[in-house]
Amino acid sequence: MNPTYGKNLNDRAADAVIVLLSVLVFLIIAYPLYFVIIASVSDSTLVSTGQVTLYPKNISFFGYKEIFHDSRIWTGYKNTLIYTLLGTLVNLLFTLPAAYVLSRHEFRARRVIMFLFVVTLFFSGGLIPTYLLMKDLHLTNSMWVFILPFSVNVYNLIIARSFFEHSLPKELYEAASMDGCSHFTFFVKVALPLSKAVVSVIALYYLVAHWNDFFTGLIYIRSNDLQPLQIVLRDILLSNQVFSQGAGAGGAAGGYAQQYADQVKYAVIIVSTLPILIVYPFIQKYFEKGVMIGSVKG
Amino acid sequence: MVPESKHSEAPLVLKARKETVLNTFRRDYQLWLMILPAIIVIFIFNYIPMYGIQLAFRDYDFTKGLTGGAWRGFDYFKQFFDSYMFGDLMKNTVVISLTTILLSFPAPIILALLINQLRWKRAKKALQTTVYLPHFISIVVMVGLLNVLLSPNSGIIGHLLTSMGLGDVNLLGSTKTFVPVYVISDIWQHCGWNSIIYLAALSTVDPQLYDSAKMDGASRWQTIRYVDLPAIVPTIIILFVLSMGNVLSTGFEKVFLMQNPLNLPVSEVIATYVYKIGIISNQFSYSAAIGLFNTVINFIFLYAMNAFTRKSSDISLW
Repeated sequence: MNPTYGKNLNDRAADAVIVLLSVLVFLIIAYPLYFVIIASVSDSTLVSTGQVTLYPKNISFFGYKEIFHDSRIWTGYKNTLIYTLLGTLVNLLFTLPAAYVLSRHEFRARRVIMFLFVVTLFFSGGLIPTYLLMKDLHLTNSMWVFILPFSVNVYNLIIARSFFEHSLPKELYEAASMDGCSHFTFFVKVALPLSKAVVSVIALYYLVAHWNDFFTGLIYIRSNDLQPLQIVLRDILLSNQVFSQGAGAGGAAGGYAQQYADQVKYAVIIVSTLPILIVYPFIQKYFEKGVMIGSVKG
Repeated sequence: MVPESKHSEAPLVLKARKETVLNTFRRDYQLWLMILPAIIVIFIFNYIPMYGIQLAFRDYDFTKGLTGGAWRGFDYFKQFFDSYMFGDLMKNTVVISLTTILLSFPAPIILALLINQLRWKRAKKALQTTVYLPHFISIVVMVGLLNVLLSPNSGIIGHLLTSMGLGDVNLLGSTKTFVPVYVISDIWQHCGWNSIIYLAALSTVDPQLYDSAKMDGASRWQTIRYVDLPAIVPTIIILFVLSMGNVLSTGFEKVFLMQNPLNLPVSEVIATYVYKIGIISNQFSYSAAIGLFNTVINFIFLYAMNAFTRKSSDISLW
């Protein structure tokens, strides 16, 4: 961006409009998030009557206390934590080496395999054949359904491949192989350390996808002990939906009046989103890089 | 592309012609080992279900497995076209996804142009950090958020509407407001994240272009119109073509989670219907046929859009 300041009136006016719009966008995005935070620690009566708008009033941790006693949340949290960590590990273990291989021009099957991988972005068997396959493989109602199926995301694979292609000069491997370095050693000792940015971005993508995964639990899991956090959240946040306004049908919050239920919901939203919000700032600087690499055609 | 020759016994040119998967296997076995897990996973979980698509043309026979049932041809497709649900499902699916595409497509472009014009670096960074954030909220939490914020008697937006004299509109339980709420919340959640790719494209604009635009006396608006916008047009077209490939696929999860008996007449879409009759009521063949129909329509749209943009602008996916 050209940093020279506008001299004429028109430019000043344009600047003013731009700043104004930016502030507006900021408020529209940030306020709902801010509101959830203050609502989760305010007195529920004041929140439900619309008196809490700018700062918390009559601080109360009722919602958080309720959550603390709710064993379903902790089971869900534990399950999701396991699925996320193990799942992401498997994702990276399968995706990164494959991406490295597909970035090597001397690998003869490169084009064919890449094509077969990309096809899956446009064609799939659809829900039902996939569901029946999982059943045949005995993956339904098992924790492995969160970890093994679709553990290679082709988009992420392409991002990693493009990165390896552009950031590892050809000569590097040639030189290393002269010294007797195998592909394994080269990948672990040279390629990965040079690719921290892309590894972080992809790890984050996978991490978030696992953490937010609702679909897998909905389709493949029946047992309550295996349900991930998102299913538990659905029960709490949505099981007493609009149509039963205040009637409290089902869910942990069911027995309470609507306003108490709402307070629990605000707290649940915070507690369940916290881990991602904690990881987010550390990786944010890589986002643009990650998206940019992904958009490089090839 | 001349391969690096380690074995110098053969002349280079000859070798380039002769390298095949088979004769490089010994040299590249480590590469094969490294890609093997990915191949296995994609074969099993992507290609086997594709083979299983024939279920749409067969009866499902529990004892004979996925592809052992009697051949039924297009019976299940006919059943779907003749069913009373067909018209509503098609209409709802197209309305939701087209509105989403048309309205949420321009939003990130405008946002990127705006952010790009911000001169104060730190404000720019802060704005970016904020607008990317909602993308990471899970769909369940997003719909939960809508429920608590839009509730007519206890939500803050519900109160706002009441105070503006719009009365007790039940935004989540009405056939009129389902699509607007769906689309606006979608824009709110993803427009920041989707702007990244345009920002990346804008960052490649040659700074000299801005200087010369200034020399020519271009206003800020003209700079945006004649320098920034042309720089991102190729990105816009590619992304637009890609999004047209999803005309018939609304995100299952959000629609499903936002559904309730009051808005069901406008919120039942193909994806949720496939789930309900397939997974819930076990009509596997019928729902597989509907799913396949959906995929085919999507592909036709993608193909047609791509052909159209290739003709009109020389930019295409393939």
